[in-house]
Amino acid sequence: MAKIFAVTIVLIAIGSAIPIVMHTWHLPEDISTHGPLIDEQYGDTMAEAGISFLASQILLAFFIWRFSNVKPGTKTRNFPGGAMGLVIAAFLLVGTEVLALGVFGAKAWASVYFTPPAADALPVQVQAGQFAFYFRYTGPDGKFGPIHPDQINEANANFFGLDTTHDQDSKDDIVTAEMAIPVNREVHLLMHSKDVGHSFFVPELRVQQDFVPGLDLSVHFTATKVGKYEIVCTQLCGLGHYNMKAYLEVMSPGDYDNWIKQQAALQ
Amino acid sequence: MHDTSAHAAQHGAPTSFIRKHIFSLDHKVIGKQYYALALVAVVWGMVLSWIMRIHLGYANFAIPGLHLLSANGAPGNIMTPEYYLQLMTMHGTIMVFFVLTTAPFAAFGNFFLPIQVGAEDMPFPHFNMMSFWVTFVAFLVLVSSFFVGDGPTLGGWTQYAPLSAVGSVSGPGQGLGVVLWAASIAIFCVGQLLGSLNFITTTLDMRTKGMSLMRLPLSAWAWFVTSVMGLTAFAVLMPACILLILDHVAGTSFFVPSNLVINGEVLPHSGGSTLLWQHLFWFFGHPEVYIAIVPGLGIVSHVLITNMRKPMLSHRVLIYSMGALAVLSYMVYGHHMFVSGMNPFSSLAFSFPTLIITIPSTIVVLIWLGSLYGSKLRINSASLFALGFISMFISGGVSGFFLAQPSIDIMLHATYFVVGHFHLVMAVAAIFGIFSGTYFWFPKMRGRMMNETLGKLHFWLTFVGAYCIFMPFHYLGIAGNVRRYQAFTDDYLIPLIPVHKFITIAALLTGLAQVIFLYNLFHSYFKGAPASDNPWEATSLEWSTATPPPHNNFGDKMPVVYHDPYQYNVEGASTEFVMQTSPEQYNNPHEEK
Repeated sequence: MAKIFAVTIVLIAIGSAIPIVMHTWHLPEDISTHGPLIDEQYGDTMAEAGISFLASQILLAFFIWRFSNVKPGTKTRNFPGGAMGLVIAAFLLVGTEVLALGVFGAKAWASVYFTPPAADALPVQVQAGQFAFYFRYTGPDGKFGPIHPDQINEANANFFGLDTTHDQDSKDDIVTAEMAIPVNREVHLLMHSKDVGHSFFVPELRVQQDFVPGLDLSVHFTATKVGKYEIVCTQLCGLGHYNMKAYLEVMSPGDYDNWIKQQAALQ
Repeated sequence: MHDTSAHAAQHGAPTSFIRKHIFSLDHKVIGKQYYALALVAVVWGMVLSWIMRIHLGYANFAIPGLHLLSANGAPGNIMTPEYYLQLMTMHGTIMVFFVLTTAPFAAFGNFFLPIQVGAEDMPFPHFNMMSFWVTFVAFLVLVSSFFVGDGPTLGGWTQYAPLSAVGSVSGPGQGLGVVLWAASIAIFCVGQLLGSLNFITTTLDMRTKGMSLMRLPLSAWAWFVTSVMGLTAFAVLMPACILLILDHVAGTSFFVPSNLVINGEVLPHSGGSTLLWQHLFWFFGHPEVYIAIVPGLGIVSHVLITNMRKPMLSHRVLIYSMGALAVLSYMVYGHHMFVSGMNPFSSLAFSFPTLIITIPSTIVVLIWLGSLYGSKLRINSASLFALGFISMFISGGVSGFFLAQPSIDIMLHATYFVVGHFHLVMAVAAIFGIFSGTYFWFPKMRGRMMNETLGKLHFWLTFVGAYCIFMPFHYLGIAGNVRRYQAFTDDYLIPLIPVHKFITIAALLTGLAQVIFLYNLFHSYFKGAPASDNPWEATSLEWSTATPPPHNNFGDKMPVVYHDPYQYNVEGASTEFVMQTSPEQYNNPHEEK
């Protein structure tokens, strides 16, 4: 039975690795400028984790095979090098491995979070609420008008609580239910939650960031490929969580200019 | 170390049924009560997971009788989106608190810690009795939320604010359901704090003559380390739950900021912090992962040594590694919050200790593997589950490399990758530890043997089944499959539904295999072959007393310890194994003093 067990462990280990090696399921295609660093880090980590996984499982299986039900009278033996050898190996091998992952991973993280957005980045505000995203563009004045929570009224399509009668900056703001951005231009996404916690996740864009009620956050990114992508909520926000989504359309600069003009006309 | 005559438990053997079996002061009865509670909880938690899995794989499948659980939640026996979330929340809460904390720590620890240290009982038997009954009440309070108001909370076992703090306006179960959830967990914390106090004092103060700290078995060390974690972690969660209740019933705003708009109304809260809840919760939540798994490390080491017929390569290194895991577990909790909006510099600060915690984990695994080398491994149900534990611990551990790094977490956070990771490393592994402990210790607890053939069949189906369920979770996560969705309507998720169907079938079959365990447990309880005092030829103190142990554990004479706990195949000894209580003298240079 021990030998069957050992073989089973090896089969499970190899079987588990096959879909990874074959890319049966894989990270969605990257369409961002900062994504390659993340993907590279993911690839390196997969290689190191994969080797650790296979090596340990195969070693476990081998020892079960080799040392179970041995002949009576056989003497027990100690691992050459003893515990100290293994402790040193763990510190050297895993310590170096995790230090390397940590340092290089920090670089990838820094590329996303420690650089400020460019001065000419396109500001887009996204507001999350149960269970929809709404987006706001500044209009020609380049400024967002203030949000008045008490004036939020979905029936009147005033999703952001804008007071276009009194607030000069709000008058030309453009509110949309879908997000469009021009390709190859940096976007500065300003995130606001209306009610509870939500998240903004576009797998292809390598962006995931929670909305924190009471704390407006921002992320910035540049999309490199024209196309239509899904924005999904990843922070449990209530009964409609699974259905909270919107589309992100990455357009050529010309198409984007036309789109934003059309949206402005609809306000 | 003390002469236990000074500390002998003050209670005599009970005579009435109620004091013997219900409000018992005997740690062994309390241990069994915890086990029974965990058994009820795990069956309920598993049934909930079946219902969820059927819904995820086959959304329109009517589950017969489901409407009896909730007429509103499952009209026509088909689950509503909110009811899915409610059952999911209950599955997580029941499993984490009432199974993974209760069985390996409170159940086995209660029964065996006092015996393994050589004590008559724990130092505070009344606290001990209270700890169980408080936990029992906590379970009743949690389960009651199925039957009152608009059902249990849907906020997930993490209960992130402000969804959890603003009341029923944010969804079904978010009013009374959350209050009951928070009350249950706060009560549960009281039980664990009382239990932890008892475990710590038992270990430090109740050891019998000759039982130095280093002569304690690894299982006893694991329970001790866990109880220290429990004392600090639950002490933070309890006030957090009380603050959450106050946000509901007293109009406070600990976790709710101003200007939130729900259903067109501006909520009358101001000044709270939503991230405060996450910090408090995860300061408990990450040590909790280790509270669930460290007892497993101890139990599995204890079982393996007996079945390898040789001690671990180093007793001390394993103890120090468990201690390192416990200390580091408090310094890593922020890895749950990389994309939460916490300062991105903090994410890096939490990332490094998280990566470093792989070092003691790796040391533990390498010591296990290195100790298997040159052993005389006996294959039985207990050792199979212990070896299965190692396999699961490795598989669940390596995915931690990914989640420790904030840059990769951008892609994997809140996906099924995380669900696969924590199920393997803390749930399945911990459950394997419980099974291993059960097959190993049942003879001592009950005085009867469990059926080995059924035990092995149970192992095979569970081992293969668990991999079939939880490995694909990782693939789903890599493909971007978000967790906590009751249906997959997004374009990129629809192609993944066949994987969910496969997982559902695997989960149902693996769940069904647990009936074999239940049958074996109950059948052996009444009809199992009588067990001898030391059926596994083991050396620690629980095997030197009668089976099952008498009321005061050791009869008239308290044991005196002469050896470290794992004297197997020692050069110069007259027998293959030497009990801790054997006065035989020989020169073993590796023995712990």
